[in-house]
Amino acid sequence: MPHAFPLFPQEASTVAPAVDHLFYFLTAVSIFFASLIFLLIFYFAVKYRRRSKDEPPPKNQVINNIPLEVTWTVIPMILVAIMYLWGAEIFVRNAQPPPNALEIFVIGKQWMWHIEHNNGKREINALHIPAGVPVKLTMTSQDVIHDFSVPAFRMKMDVVPDRYTTEWFEATQPGKYRLFCDQYCGMGHALMRGWVYVMTPQDYQRWLTSGVTGQTMAEQGAALYNQLGCVTCHGTGKGPPFAGLYGRTVKLSDGTTVVANDAYIRESILDPSAQIVNGYPAIMPTFKGQVSEEQILQLTAYIKSLASTESNTGAP
Amino acid sequence: MHNSQAVVAEQFDDRVQQHEAASLGMWIFLATEIMFFGGLFTGYTVYRNLYTTAFETGSHLLNARIGALNTAILIASSLTMALAVHSAQTGKRAKLIFFIISTMCLGAAFLLIKFFFEWTHDYAEGFVPGLHFTYAGPHASHVALFMCFYFIMTGVHALHMVAGEGVLTVLLIMAWRGRFSQERYNAIEMMGLYWHFVDIVWIFLFPLLYLLGARF
Amino acid sequence: MSSQEIAIEPKLNYLNCDYSIKSWLLTTDHKRIAWLYMMAITFFFTVGGIAATLMRLNLLEPQGLLVEPETYNKLFSIHGIIMVFFFLVPSIPAVMGNFLLPMMLGARDVAFPKLNLLSWYIFMTGGSLVLYAVIAGGVDTGWTFYTPLSTLYLNTHVMAAAGGVFIAGFSSILTGLNFVVTIHKMRAPGLTWFRLPLFVWAMYAASIIFIIGTPVIAISLFLIVVERIFHVGIFDPSLGGDPILFQHLFWFYSHPAVYVMILPSMGVISELITAFSRKRIFGYHFVAFSSVAIAAIGFLVWGHHMFISGQSVYAGLVFSALSMAVAIPSAVKVFNWTATLYKGSISYEAPMLYALGFIGLFTIGGLTGLYLATTGLDQHVHDTYFVIAHFHYIMVGGAVMGYLGGIHYWWPKMTGRLYPDGWARVAAIIVFVGFNLTFFPQFILGYLGMPRRYAVYPPEFHTLNVISTAGASILGLGYVIPLIYLAWSVRYGPIAGPNPWKATGLEWTTSSPPPTHNFEETPIVTEEPYRYDRLAEEIHVA
Repeated sequence: MPHAFPLFPQEASTVAPAVDHLFYFLTAVSIFFASLIFLLIFYFAVKYRRRSKDEPPPKNQVINNIPLEVTWTVIPMILVAIMYLWGAEIFVRNAQPPPNALEIFVIGKQWMWHIEHNNGKREINALHIPAGVPVKLTMTSQDVIHDFSVPAFRMKMDVVPDRYTTEWFEATQPGKYRLFCDQYCGMGHALMRGWVYVMTPQDYQRWLTSGVTGQTMAEQGAALYNQLGCVTCHGTGKGPPFAGLYGRTVKLSDGTTVVANDAYIRESILDPSAQIVNGYPAIMPTFKGQVSEEQILQLTAYIKSLASTESNTGAP
Repeated sequence: MHNSQAVVAEQFDDRVQQHEAASLGMWIFLATEIMFFGGLFTGYTVYRNLYTTAFETGSHLLNARIGALNTAILIASSLTMALAVHSAQTGKRAKLIFFIISTMCLGAAFLLIKFFFEWTHDYAEGFVPGLHFTYAGPHASHVALFMCFYFIMTGVHALHMVAGEGVLTVLLIMAWRGRFSQERYNAIEMMGLYWHFVDIVWIFLFPLLYLLGARF
Repeated sequence: MSSQEIAIEPKLNYLNCDYSIKSWLLTTDHKRIAWLYMMAITFFFTVGGIAATLMRLNLLEPQGLLVEPETYNKLFSIHGIIMVFFFLVPSIPAVMGNFLLPMMLGARDVAFPKLNLLSWYIFMTGGSLVLYAVIAGGVDTGWTFYTPLSTLYLNTHVMAAAGGVFIAGFSSILTGLNFVVTIHKMRAPGLTWFRLPLFVWAMYAASIIFIIGTPVIAISLFLIVVERIFHVGIFDPSLGGDPILFQHLFWFYSHPAVYVMILPSMGVISELITAFSRKRIFGYHFVAFSSVAIAAIGFLVWGHHMFISGQSVYAGLVFSALSMAVAIPSAVKVFNWTATLYKGSISYEAPMLYALGFIGLFTIGGLTGLYLATTGLDQHVHDTYFVIAHFHYIMVGGAVMGYLGGIHYWWPKMTGRLYPDGWARVAAIIVFVGFNLTFFPQFILGYLGMPRRYAVYPPEFHTLNVISTAGASILGLGYVIPLIYLAWSVRYGPIAGPNPWKATGLEWTTSSPPPTHNFEETPIVTEEPYRYDRLAEEIHVA
């Protein structure tokens, strides 16, 4: 039973005020122009109303005024240019997570959110994060396209099958904020919701380490590295070694280079012959159907954890 | 009350207007067809860029010689169609009938080769995604994607040819009945435009589907 | 023409020349085909409106008052598919375009009358297939059919719905083709391009979109059907397909499609504003070129539906810039219409109320489009009720108001009868009030974050949803009233005469209803449209 209803969402992230200020600007421009048009129409409609049924049409009708046309073309152009640039700045900023961002992993599936933290802690339809720390979500879907949306952060991003998308935000104050799936995904779309719990950094640490008896994502990845037999090639020189690999530029057999990021590692596991590292034979089998999205993320976490021990240019 | 000699439909003022309207109409229709095939070409381009090797593999599985033969047949049919148009414009009924029939035969040859030689062979070899696909080489699913586009694009093209054969049949009957003359040949000319368009689409399809990757 | 008209019903006109069903179902008269379309789209509007009613009723409660989520998902899908493809896209072009275009050009019919009839039959075939999908159990893909949901994860009547839209698309294509050829080749003597009524310019621009855009959605839906039948992986990521490719192909048509829905309405508004302020249009060339510019630039902005789809940031920035550009010609039109009112002689019959309402509501709708074109802001409001409010302001507050205004304006020409204007004005005001009450709260809901396509929602959105549903009931009433008095007027309305509005335009120089061939003699045009200032001289002289 609502006693009061909100008219404006909370600002709970560092980008929310910027988005809201842009919103105010657009609203001010909109109110100005809408009022201008409404008032002019009302004024003209009253002042120039036909006073008698037989009133003839006006003579000497003004039908052109080039300076006026130019003015009311150029001024809107300037205003929309401002909107464009202002919005672009925010959008580009949203696409560039800070390098030190805390990484959390999201797998969307009909009709729930699986979330995994680096230390292995999992949650469903809930995301616990610390305030004041940039958080980067790496997301993929197991079935259809979903969307991870947190209105209080003014942030959303589609979650697509067979690829990673990312979004990042920095929450500003502890609290509980709605999480919605925002891309129609079938029967349970409206139920695919949850909460983002923003905690103080200390509380987050306490939450993160409580009740976790299992392994971290990297540890689970290490176990998979052995169980799935990756070590037989990548640990013996038959395949490219992983030490220091993550984030490095890799030279491929066709002469091009690629950065070893999450998407590269995922593709290497599922479709190894798509890109061959220079100097290595194309003998890696595909693991499609043998690893889940979650396991791929764990393997990636493991690879990320391997510090660089020696330089590796990809050539034997 | 239909006057079989009446040349100008009632909404038009004169023959010139009628002819211009028909031409513009056909060109616009061809523009819509370009957009229709364009969607398919877009999809093809995206996937070819993503899976270049698999597309080359798929292309090698097709019989380029048969494809080349079909290309020659279709180009020949465009020639006979152009000659049919010319015959109509010069009022030569016998030649018109001859060239319409030639075009139809060449078109039919194209379709027969495609359906009863190429496609049955493809099915037997297990190249038909969704129906009988047994290719087990590397990137089989991407090769399947190539085959998808092969069958859809040539299939839609073939559909257009079948429709064309249907219209040619009607025009043949009308020509037989003497409905065309030097004053009245719009329909043949419009059909010529359509037929050439279908030919041109094939000229794009042939290299993009049959000639990928170094061969010959 | 004389300013004194004797209102008698002409003896033989396109309506009474033959009453048989066969003469209607096999007609090639563009005016009768317009009626066939009008009956059809009124029916489809009712079906789509019933779906909307059930949706809004369901949303009265956060837990869903009426239906299960599966059913709700079918309701919004059916509402979207029917309203977009079987009401909005055909509405003004197929009804008013068909009826008026030849008359405004001084022609006897369109270039290809039989093709015109075929278009209607194709439309009805597509519509029947979609109705089958509805009756057989519904479809729940959303009108956007996104993959891989629609190809791999739903087992409702997706193919029937996609097939129905596919077929109906050919109706659009052929109508667009017919109109372009008619406008190019069948103008009366003296009717140069810049003497054309702006309605014709709008129909031309919309027809270009029909021709270039529709085939692409046809192929997109065709590929969905192929994927469903043969289980091949065109859009299936696990087989190498790209689901986002579908979005590109879909929106390449569906964005220009929204301009197809608004441009004809804008054309109607140009006719109404001039007629009911007895003024020449201000900035004729600017309005005419704006129509073409909207159609052209409209083909370049589709990616603004995909800013957060995984599309690259650079692509997003390009589409955003172009989306800003497409807003400018629309603004130019609004300013020119407003300036047309200046020093006019304005009357408030129902068509004018609809026209003035259009300008106001379209302004709001267009301005809120800027929020969505602004990337940083769209990231917050994408796929929320903000988007729903925006497009309903344009499509209902804009396109439907234009449609209703046009129907009322040309009703006397089409039927030879006048409708009771008092009732019409009341209905127009009810529509305006109900509309705003329904959709303005949705802007707030959207910024708050309420996602679209939600059958159930969190309780904090309750009050605004209730207000919106209340408005919808008023809006619905506003739509029902004209059905009643317009039907009544066909039999009992006063005889209209050739030109009850004393308007300029070739369509008003012939009788109401017109004879089958429109004009007794082909008119010759010697001046620009909307020469109400000349009318003033004539009245003074007479």
